Amino acid sequence: MMLNRIIGTETEFGLAVKDSDSIDPVSNSMLLINNYPYSLSSKALWDYENENPLLDMRGYEVEGERERPGIEYNRLLNKLLPNGGRLYIDGAHPEYSTPECTNARDLVIYEKAGERIMNQCRRLACRAKGGEKIFVYKNNTDGKGNSYGYHENYLVSRAVPFSQIISFLVPFLVTRQIYAGAGKVGSESREGKVSYQISQRADFFESLVDLNTMVKRPIINTRDEPHADRTKHRRLHIIVGDSNMSEYTTFLKVGVTSIVASLMEEGLSLAGMELDDPVSAIKEISRDTTLKKRVRMADGREFTAVEIQQEYLEMTHGFLANREIDPISKEIFNRWEYVLGGLAKDPMLLSREIDWIIKKELLLSYMEKKGVGWNDSRIAMMDLQYHDIREDKGLYYALEKDGYVERVVSASDIAVGEESPPVDTRAYFRGMCLKKFPKDIYAASWSSILFEAGDQTIKRVPLMEPLKGTEALTKGIIEGSSTIEELLARLAT
Amino acid sequence: MAQEKKREKKKEPGKKDGEASPAPRIAEKGKKIKEDLDKLVDKIDDVLEENAEEFVKNYVQKGGE
Repeated sequence: MMLNRIIGTETEFGLAVKDSDSIDPVSNSMLLINNYPYSLSSKALWDYENENPLLDMRGYEVEGERERPGIEYNRLLNKLLPNGGRLYIDGAHPEYSTPECTNARDLVIYEKAGERIMNQCRRLACRAKGGEKIFVYKNNTDGKGNSYGYHENYLVSRAVPFSQIISFLVPFLVTRQIYAGAGKVGSESREGKVSYQISQRADFFESLVDLNTMVKRPIINTRDEPHADRTKHRRLHIIVGDSNMSEYTTFLKVGVTSIVASLMEEGLSLAGMELDDPVSAIKEISRDTTLKKRVRMADGREFTAVEIQQEYLEMTHGFLANREIDPISKEIFNRWEYVLGGLAKDPMLLSREIDWIIKKELLLSYMEKKGVGWNDSRIAMMDLQYHDIREDKGLYYALEKDGYVERVVSASDIAVGEESPPVDTRAYFRGMCLKKFPKDIYAASWSSILFEAGDQTIKRVPLMEPLKGTEALTKGIIEGSSTIEELLARLAT
Repeated sequence: MAQEKKREKKKEPGKKDGEASPAPRIAEKGKKIKEDLDKLVDKIDDVLEENAEEFVKNYVQKGGE
């Protein structure tokens, strides 16, 4: 069976500009993304028509202003990408969304492609500014209490009750940081000081369930905006994770979460695994780099984060027994088992695989060699520069280049991912139309494309099913059409 | 020469999928990685942003998500 599902991630990048004319982060973000080089898509707008982030999974709509920028501003804020993804400004950060993918390996390719696309914008913006003055980081905090997000999206069946999502996912999401954290020097919450912690984001979570993503951040976000047929689908919008540099870590984080979503859809439950206080536990776990401390469950028992993850692993093992599964899901399961085994013995054994451990090993080596401590400003700089997206300056990339980290995809896979969409989702149709008919696309979104047909009419083509619009279904139609009118005529038949 | 070394490093852990726990020669591996990293540390100063203190102090990000 296929455990694959529709997944995608959104990465907000940190941005620093030296000698900027403006201290306004929105202007600086605009400078960056408007240097996007693929002029072929520069005219298309983002179609906000179907978007409503104010709908709550608990069944109501909250008050607030829906985003509806005017045409010129829309163009400055949005770049539709030929790989089916989106480059845009959200809040005050440059952001990249991957196209819809069906598996964790493709997701890694497209997330990494986003770093390359952002870096290409950065290089061109630097050229325009006459020097290496723009710095872009794929992390989640400035170290001063300001966090920016990394959001994962998993399409799940509408049939799963919301209460089950909470009870099944909370212990999983609170503990998965032990192999998904990106590592951070210092702390940014009242829970006590620490030299180094596992997660970048854990400090910023203050509630269990809410619609908010910016203040009082919740472990479970209730935004109910599936970008697909809402009678069939729900989009899990997971905001509690860190951005990762390591391909291996991203693969594991997204892959395991996707498998756990399958267990949830199957109606499985973990009796007695309810955490007593998830909001504290997420910070306690982040602060214990030995992974030996236990957190309290609602029934008074205590477990380590590794033990809680092992419960999910065991359950997955049972679920998969006697089922034929696809090779990528099998690989995810095997790596999950391998990593939990290593974490139980000694986390430092995983200094090639897991971001927070890769970074910690690097910092410790530097500190030992230079005789400096956690408070040294060079350590803070390294903590930041680990996430620098420049392949010649970023410290993660320095490790990657010399073979110190495990990879899961190749440079050529990523290069293809910069320019071409995945073949097995609606992103294929979106990306290929942008490539072939750049001037005829008025706007697009996750669930629509608006074509400018002759005589100034706009034809809206809905894409409500993420598994349609694939190469298998639409390649012939796109290739066989030399004009947009022909394409529309073929789509209509 | 450099190529050979690279390949050797790449073969080490992680790839042995299906193996629940790390191999016993892990301590030896740890030592080797440590020596390797030692060499890398020398390179870090070459790429690390100058005026680290100033740079980190000025890195402020508001308005996320």
